[in-house]
Amino acid sequence: MSDITTNEIAAKYSIGIDLGTTHCVLSYIDLEQEGDKAVKQLFAIPQLSAPGSVTEKHQLPSFVYQAHEDEISKDQTPLPWNAENTALVGDVARNLGLKTPIRLVSSAKSWLSHATVSPHDAILPFSSPEEVEKISPVTATAQYLNHLAEAWNNAHPDSPIAEQDVTITIPASFDPAARNLTAQAAQELNLKHLNLLEEPQAAVYSWLEACGDEWRDQVNVGDTILVVDIGGGTTDLSLISVEESEGNLTLSRVAVGEHILLGGDNMDLALAYRLKMKLMQEGKQLQPWQIQAITHACRDAKEKLLSDGDVDAMPIVIPSRGSKLIAGTMQTELTRDEVKQTILDGFFPATAVTEMPQQNTRTALTQIGLPYAQDAAITKHIAHFLNKQHDAIESDAGDFIKPTAVLFNGGVFKSDAISSKLIDIINDWLITADVEEEAKLLTGIDLDLAVANGACYHGYAKYGKGVRIKGGLASSYYVGVESSMPAIPGFEPPLEAVCIAPFGLEEGSNVDVATHQFGLVVGQPVKFKFFGSTVRREDVVGTHLDFWQPEDLEQLPDIEVTLDSANRNSGDVVPVSLSVTVTEVGTLKVEAIASDSDEAWEIELTVRQ
Amino acid sequence: MNFDLTNISELPTGPDAAHVALFALTLILLLITLVRGGKKTIEIEKIVEKEVEVKVEVEKIVEVIKHVDVEKIVEVEKIVEIKAPLQEASPAAACQLLSLLQNEARFVDFIQEDLTGATDEQIGAAARIIHTGSKKVINEYFSFTPIRSEEEESQVTVAEGFNPSEVKLIGNVLGSAPYRGILVHAGWKISSVNLPKLAQGHNANIVAAAEVEL
Repeated sequence: MSDITTNEIAAKYSIGIDLGTTHCVLSYIDLEQEGDKAVKQLFAIPQLSAPGSVTEKHQLPSFVYQAHEDEISKDQTPLPWNAENTALVGDVARNLGLKTPIRLVSSAKSWLSHATVSPHDAILPFSSPEEVEKISPVTATAQYLNHLAEAWNNAHPDSPIAEQDVTITIPASFDPAARNLTAQAAQELNLKHLNLLEEPQAAVYSWLEACGDEWRDQVNVGDTILVVDIGGGTTDLSLISVEESEGNLTLSRVAVGEHILLGGDNMDLALAYRLKMKLMQEGKQLQPWQIQAITHACRDAKEKLLSDGDVDAMPIVIPSRGSKLIAGTMQTELTRDEVKQTILDGFFPATAVTEMPQQNTRTALTQIGLPYAQDAAITKHIAHFLNKQHDAIESDAGDFIKPTAVLFNGGVFKSDAISSKLIDIINDWLITADVEEEAKLLTGIDLDLAVANGACYHGYAKYGKGVRIKGGLASSYYVGVESSMPAIPGFEPPLEAVCIAPFGLEEGSNVDVATHQFGLVVGQPVKFKFFGSTVRREDVVGTHLDFWQPEDLEQLPDIEVTLDSANRNSGDVVPVSLSVTVTEVGTLKVEAIASDSDEAWEIELTVRQ
Repeated sequence: MNFDLTNISELPTGPDAAHVALFALTLILLLITLVRGGKKTIEIEKIVEKEVEVKVEVEKIVEVIKHVDVEKIVEVEKIVEIKAPLQEASPAAACQLLSLLQNEARFVDFIQEDLTGATDEQIGAAARIIHTGSKKVINEYFSFTPIRSEEEESQVTVAEGFNPSEVKLIGNVLGSAPYRGILVHAGWKISSVNLPKLAQGHNANIVAAAEVEL
C-alpha cells in the first residue's frame, strides 16, 4: 500500500468498521490530535430499537427486517437524519425477527462468500415465502454500511465519512470475489480512502495499540504469532511472522486459513439444544421461539460457568408468551458439567496435531443453506491450518507450524476455561514435537471490540504514526486452460493452470501475464476456471502447472468476461493477455487486454451460478 | 428501610418473594422520579439529579429516622437541538420506561399478576426474568455513581455548604458544620440518562402491543 499522497484532502479521522456477521461496530481516532497515543473512541450508533423508538448503541446488529405493509405505520420509523425512513436495520430488525423469522435478513456476510449463490440475487431472507420481499446479500451489506455512514455524517456534519480514512474489516479467508463484493457494498458511500483489512490482522493491530511501544519486548525476530479469531459465525486463522528490516522489528502476515463457518453462535445453539433435550426428557416440549429465548440465556450462563469456579449451575428461565408470567414460565438449569461436555469437549477437544477435521459427519448444528463447518472441533481446524501451512515460514522445518506466540480474539474467549484449554492443547502439540519453549499467550485486547479498534488503528498507522503489518495477497491465483493434446473420445482434455498473480503481491501493484495469450470471441461471455492456492508461495506469474495436489489448488467460482466493442464484429476472435492488479483498497482486478489495440475489458470475479 | 438500587444486583439466588416486591417498589420509585421531572429536556450529556437519601448517623444515636423522601431536580446544563421527527422524552418517559421494563423484564405482567396461589419457586423463577431484564434496562439507559465515595459505616466529615439534597443528616442533628458522623448509606446519583427518543405521534401509553400469531 502506498502512503497517502499529499494532494488529497487530508482526512480528519481514521474510521474502523467491524462489519460482522451478527453485528457491526465503528470506532475512530482523531488524526489531527497530537500526542504519542491518540485516543480511539467508540461511536454510539442511533438506531430504531422498536417501532417509534430510537436509541444509541455501540453495536448495530447486522439484520434487516422486511416488514409487512400492515405491520408498522409509516410514521413510526424515523431516524434522526431521515424523517421519511422506512428501512428497519439494526436492533429493531433483530427484535422483530425474533418473533417473525421469515421476514428477517441475517448472515448476509456469510452469503457474500457462498460459492454457489449469486450474491447479487435477491435471496434473503433465505427460503422464506415468496410474498416476502427479498434483497441480495450485497444490498443487505450496503444497508448496514449506509446506516453507519448516515449516523456518522449526522454526528459529524463537518467531517463527512466520504472524506475520512475508512477501514472495513473482512475475514482473512474471504476469496477475491467476496472482497470485491464488500467493496461494492461500500460504493454508495463514495469513500475517498477505503481499505479492506483482514480481521485477524485487525486483532493484531489492536494488540499493538494496547501494548504501545512495549510490543517489541513481547515478541522477537523469528517469532510466529498464531491468531485465532472466533466470531459469532466464523473462525478465522492467520499467521503473523516477526521479522527484521533495517534494524527494526516488522510484522508480516504470512498465511491465512480456510473459510470456516463455525463460531460462538454455534456453541450457544448447541447448549440450547442440549437443554431442549433435557426438558423433553421431563416431558416438556419447547417451541421454536423458546429455543431462541434459551439460546440467549445460554450465552450468559456459559460465560459465567466457564469463568467463575464457584458456580456449578446457572438457572435458565423461559418466560411464557402470554401476560401470565407465573403460570407459563419454565425453569431449568445449565450445569458446569453440561457446558464442559458441550463446549470444551465438543468444540475444543484435546486432539493430536495430526488429527484433521472430519468432512462427512455432521456434529455441529446447522441451518440449511450456508456451508457450515461439518466438524465442530475447532482444535482440529487449527491443527489442519498449521499442517497445511508448514511451508509458510522458511526457518520452520517440520510437519506443522510451531507458533511461538498466540493471540485469541472474539467474545468466546471471555470464558477463561476456553482460552486456557486451547493454549494448553497448542502447547501439548509443541511439547510432543520436542519444542522447548511454550507458546506465549498475547493479551490486552478487548475481545469484543478489538477488530473495530484495530481497524481504526490501521488507518492511523498508515500515516506513519504506528507499526504496520505487511500483508499482500494471501494466495496465488491461477486460471485454467485446456491443454493442447490430441482429442481422446470420451475424455475431457486435461486442465492446466497458469499463475496470474503470485503470493504476497502487494496492494497497489500490477502484473501482466505476458507468457499466455487467449483468443476471446467478441459478443459472447467467456468463462475462465479460477483457482487459488494458499500454499504455493514460489509460483511466479506465468508459471504453468499441468499437475498439482488436489488440496494445493482450491477451485474458486468461475470468472467471466464479455467482449463488446464498437470497433469489432460479433464473432471476431480477439487475442488478449491478462493483467492483474491488487488495488489500493485491497481488492483484485483482472483485465483482458487486447494484444492488437489498447482496449481492455474487466473480468468479472463475482459471477456465480 | 433503604430503597436503593444496589438491591438489583444482589437479589438472592433462591426464590424470595419479599425481594421481588422490594425490587418492584424500587422501580416504581424510579418511575415516579421520572414523571415528576419530565418537564424539561433530558439530554444525552446528562443531567438528572435525583435526591438520594444519604443517612449520616450522628454518633451514639440509636434510632435511625426513616425517610423515603424522593424529590427530583432537573437541571438542564446543555440543551441539544433534536431534529424534527423525534420528540423529547418528556412525560411520556415514564410510560416509556414501563414499556422498556415490560419488554425486557415483563415488569407490568408481573405486577398485574395475583401472587396469592403462587409458590415461592414460581415467584423465584419470575424474579429471575424481572431481575435480568430490569438490570439490562437500568444499565443501558442510566449511569449511577455513589454520592459519597467513603466506605459505609466509616467516619466522615460533612463540610460547610454541603448540598442537603445530596447528603441528609439524620439522628442527633445538632450544632453546626462541619459535621462528623457515620456514613450509613453512600447514596446514588444518576449521572446520565440516555432513554430512547420517540417518534412524533408515538403513543407511549401502549406499554405492550397485543400479539396475534398468524
